[in-house]
Amino acid sequence: MSHESQRTTTNERGRIRVTGFDTSVFEDRDERFDWQQDESTVSRDRLTRAWERFKRNRTALVGLAIIALMLFTTIFARPIVIEGITVQPFSLAPFDPTNSNFAALNEAPTATHPFGTDWSGKDILSRVMFGGRYSLTIGVITVSIALSVGVPLGALAGYYGGWIDEVIMRLVDILYAFPFLVLAIALIAVLGQGFWNMITALVLVVWISYARLLRGEVLSVKENEYVTAAKALGARDRSIIFRHVVPNAMAPVIVQATLGIGTVVLNAAALGFLGLGLEPGSPEWGSMLARGRSSLIQGQWWITVFPGLAIFLFVLSINLVGDGVRDAVDPQGDTSGGAGVRE
Amino acid sequence: MSLQRYLIKRLLVMIPVLFGVTLLTFSLTKMLPGSPVDYILQFQETTPGLRDQLRAQFNLDEPVYIQYWLWLRDAVMLDFGDSLISDRSVSGAILTRLPKTLLLGFMGFAIAISIGIPLGVIAAINNGNTVDEASRVAALIGIATPNFWLGLMLLLVFSVQLGLFRVIPPDKAVLSPAMLKFVILPAITLGTASSALIMRLTRSSMVEELNKDYVRTAKAKGLSERTVIVKHVLRNSMVSVVTVAAIQVAFIVNGSVVVEQVFSWPGVGRLLIDAITQRDLPVLQAIVLMIAVTIVFVNLVADLLYSWLDPRIRY
Repeated sequence: MSHESQRTTTNERGRIRVTGFDTSVFEDRDERFDWQQDESTVSRDRLTRAWERFKRNRTALVGLAIIALMLFTTIFARPIVIEGITVQPFSLAPFDPTNSNFAALNEAPTATHPFGTDWSGKDILSRVMFGGRYSLTIGVITVSIALSVGVPLGALAGYYGGWIDEVIMRLVDILYAFPFLVLAIALIAVLGQGFWNMITALVLVVWISYARLLRGEVLSVKENEYVTAAKALGARDRSIIFRHVVPNAMAPVIVQATLGIGTVVLNAAALGFLGLGLEPGSPEWGSMLARGRSSLIQGQWWITVFPGLAIFLFVLSINLVGDGVRDAVDPQGDTSGGAGVRE
Repeated sequence: MSLQRYLIKRLLVMIPVLFGVTLLTFSLTKMLPGSPVDYILQFQETTPGLRDQLRAQFNLDEPVYIQYWLWLRDAVMLDFGDSLISDRSVSGAILTRLPKTLLLGFMGFAIAISIGIPLGVIAAINNGNTVDEASRVAALIGIATPNFWLGLMLLLVFSVQLGLFRVIPPDKAVLSPAMLKFVILPAITLGTASSALIMRLTRSSMVEELNKDYVRTAKAKGLSERTVIVKHVLRNSMVSVVTVAAIQVAFIVNGSVVVEQVFSWPGVGRLLIDAITQRDLPVLQAIVLMIAVTIVFVNLVADLLYSWLDPRIRY
């Protein structure tokens, strides 16, 4: 009788009711073979295998090393103080990046100022080291938020189809009509300048590429037998989407997101250069170039060369890593390098 | 599906997109904090009487959907009113700038294609060896270089240090020799990233084609390597390159906003940036709308071209 009650509870959960067979047969088998599905080991294996493939890619490792180095310099450039508590006491940058020294304006590179000083006497080396904080956080935060918007919407559109798909994809089509930077510029014109406004504008531009990409993948993944099986077993849509469909459709999105950090950093710097990024005078790499043109014409090349080099090096490294990630998680994916740059 | 039916279906899909694009552009100004009248007055103090007069003149007393309708009706006729700064008509200001941007865009596009496709072909022929690897690294470098920085560096080396080019554009007609000479550096700046993308795409689609059976057949019947590549492989691999080249239009528009700023190029991109810094909303709206509508149509042409070149593709 105990078997009987157990059977009704397990089988009534889903959409279909299974009657007429004795579940104890299966329970017996489970006991006999001591077999159980352990999902954590499965996904860990997938990650381990991806890492194994990634490790073999030398250029990707070089990219990773450069990023690690830049991360290290920018974290230790100046102390980090959060709510009065010094989290990171070291200060590798020789000068305060926001401190103007009016005795040393527009100085060419010397031993004291290896990268020279700018029009207000700020040490460019210190600013380049410190400025990484802005660019890197903008890149990572923007891509993370964009993923958390784009992935669910893309998954819903692809899985359900119908009017949900129509609404989401038409919205994506509309936003796709605006070139990346033009849309970001227009949004910043409305929102105003500043760190979080810039991130908001970039997120609104970036999420569409993840949604579109994931939707396409979901369309093919949802045709797999294991999805049909999960449906037949009565799993809820939510768990089918987020436990079975999305993890198997994520590979190209992960690649795109890695490369996307580079795209976002590049465009954030372009906004800074146009004077639409952070507050004027912030040691952000792009903003440092905003007034660079006039100094350049006067021959003060160091003001533009070094911040630009930092952007270039970071974006290049991200692209190297992104290529490695593509080969690692999505071996069949296209190999047309640098697809992260959205039009 | 025949091409005609596909065309009709594609045009129908465009309607909601165009509607959304206009709605989004229109609502840009509605999202601004404060009263629209302040933006029209450029935040100068005036009498309440004049404010009311302006509200009536710009239909601000009407409900929002009527305002949208009136704006859309004028926009379709290319009437965006007058600039808030210069009192010129917005379309007039854009039209005088447009030829310069088109020149820059075409030159940039020409550079992107004339560098990207040959290099892609070379990389594909050398698939897997050092030449291919070098082209991969070159493409990654091309994509990672910020276009504004590349522009500044070219300006530094070729204009400031070598003195080969002017630092600011000459005040000449668009197709005059002086202008065509000046446009070289901005066009290179604009075309670099695109050429890298086109190169990678040409390479990957050609590598795919090279592995197909018909290539082996063509070689087996004694055609030279050159004939096989130029007459068969290149043609077939151009199908996907065409679409991406069309997408590059958006990329070029994107880049021209920045590049025009670097080289003080008096085009639409600079007008856009000026409109934002001066809060000249009609100009901002008109440019954003113009760009978006252009891109919607370019995408349409790309899709049609794609399905005309490869009749198997209909979606």
